[in-house]
Amino acid sequence: MSNAISIHNLTVQFGKKCILNSIDLDVRKGETLAVIGPSGTGKSTIIKVLTGLLKPTSGSVKINDEEVCCFSESEWDNLRKHMGVVFQYSALFDFMNVKDNIAFGLRRHYKVGEKEVKKQVEELLTLVDMSGMEQMMPSELSGGMKKRVGLARALAMQPDIVYYDEPTSGLDPVMTMNISKLIRKTQKTYGVTSILVTHDMESVFVAADRVAMLYKGDIVALESVDTIKNSKNPIVQAFINGQEVTGEDKNEQ
Amino acid sequence: MKVFEIIGGSLIKMSETAGGLSLLFVETLYHLKDISFKDTFKQMALLGADSLPIVAATILCTGMVFSVQTAKEFVELGASSTVGGIVAVSMARELVPILTGVVVAGRIGAAIAAEIGTMKVTEQVDALRVMAANPISYLVVPRFVAIICMMPILVVFGNLIGDIGGWGVAHYYAGISTFSFTNSIKTFAEFYDVLGGMLKSCVFGGIIAIVGCYKGLNAPNGAEGVGLATTASVVLSIILIFVTNYFLSILIYV
Repeated sequence: MSNAISIHNLTVQFGKKCILNSIDLDVRKGETLAVIGPSGTGKSTIIKVLTGLLKPTSGSVKINDEEVCCFSESEWDNLRKHMGVVFQYSALFDFMNVKDNIAFGLRRHYKVGEKEVKKQVEELLTLVDMSGMEQMMPSELSGGMKKRVGLARALAMQPDIVYYDEPTSGLDPVMTMNISKLIRKTQKTYGVTSILVTHDMESVFVAADRVAMLYKGDIVALESVDTIKNSKNPIVQAFINGQEVTGEDKNEQ
Repeated sequence: MKVFEIIGGSLIKMSETAGGLSLLFVETLYHLKDISFKDTFKQMALLGADSLPIVAATILCTGMVFSVQTAKEFVELGASSTVGGIVAVSMARELVPILTGVVVAGRIGAAIAAEIGTMKVTEQVDALRVMAANPISYLVVPRFVAIICMMPILVVFGNLIGDIGGWGVAHYYAGISTFSFTNSIKTFAEFYDVLGGMLKSCVFGGIIAIVGCYKGLNAPNGAEGVGLATTASVVLSIILIFVTNYFLSILIYV
């Protein structure tokens, strides 16, 4: 299977602080790769680099076989039309209702009539189980509903790649499971390639095909969901079991 | 050594802000081609029309105060026939444009910085970017054009209100006749005085929009960051308006 995203020797540094330390990562077309790891290890930084919001210090990033590190803003804009991002705090435009939020990209980039916009918004709201809520404002929605509208908005332009930045953070276990199933459903329905940044292992087991574990700017494990559960890597085991990584674990690794 | 460090640090920060503002201004001019008229008209209603009452109240009082300070003295000196002209010219050239600028900076500049700052700290600006919508063409351009278009209208309206305020006080407080007041305006004031004020107000409008948007787009994280950006936007806009006003006055009227 060919790669939708290839990251090679990617380094991101802020001053003297190294966030990502020369990492290599490939994401195959149509798969969902979960990036797990403790807070502050650079998980969201990967998404920022892959969406052009952050220029890496060095390294190579290829999306659909195109080197994107030296892209201009207009080249990024062309690429971004084929991407969707679900933000950690949803990032819905708070001055627009649900319908306008979802239709934003469609209206801006495609000459789509209002009838077609209405139809597509209804379809997407059905997919995320929020039919009939077009006129609600973001301030009237619960955390889980906001995440689902965020997902519908990310899918509106029929992207090839979807990035999920902590999509289940702050949600109750039932809603976490619903969102995780929705991520899986999206992958199966639309065949999208996805990167799921999370530290929620339940979500990983439901939604992902492979898992990359990031620890202090390095990828310490890259395995399938089934094998990572029984990984011999002490850092991975400590993380999955909710324990702190000790110096001993690091040495063993 | 510490003094030099502080001075150096401040200079670097000032140059950074000046560079950022200039860059945003140039980018805004570049993105004028992507203007959305629908968004711009919406902003014109929000930013311009809604400012009318506060501009009117401020300038009405200023016109009245100006008349209080001049009318009685001029009557005693036998120069009552010049009061209308003096009020009208000083209002048109300096007071109305600068007061409108200050009021709009406090009301609109702060609102712009707070709105865009909130969007920035809640990742809505990032959301715009990843949806291939340039934040400058979507957020800055409509506000920039809207304020530049609305400021001269506010200034014309302000001149009218200020002169009415001045006439009211001159007539009822100092006993200057309406004919004398209006005749004085006709004699001393020229259309160029009002036009100059309108031109100045366009520049002030541009300053308010660019500073408000710049501070909003660069707001530090958190509610405190938005508050700081809002305050900084008002302070910087007002300082720049006063400094620019000096040079514009020389350029236009001297």
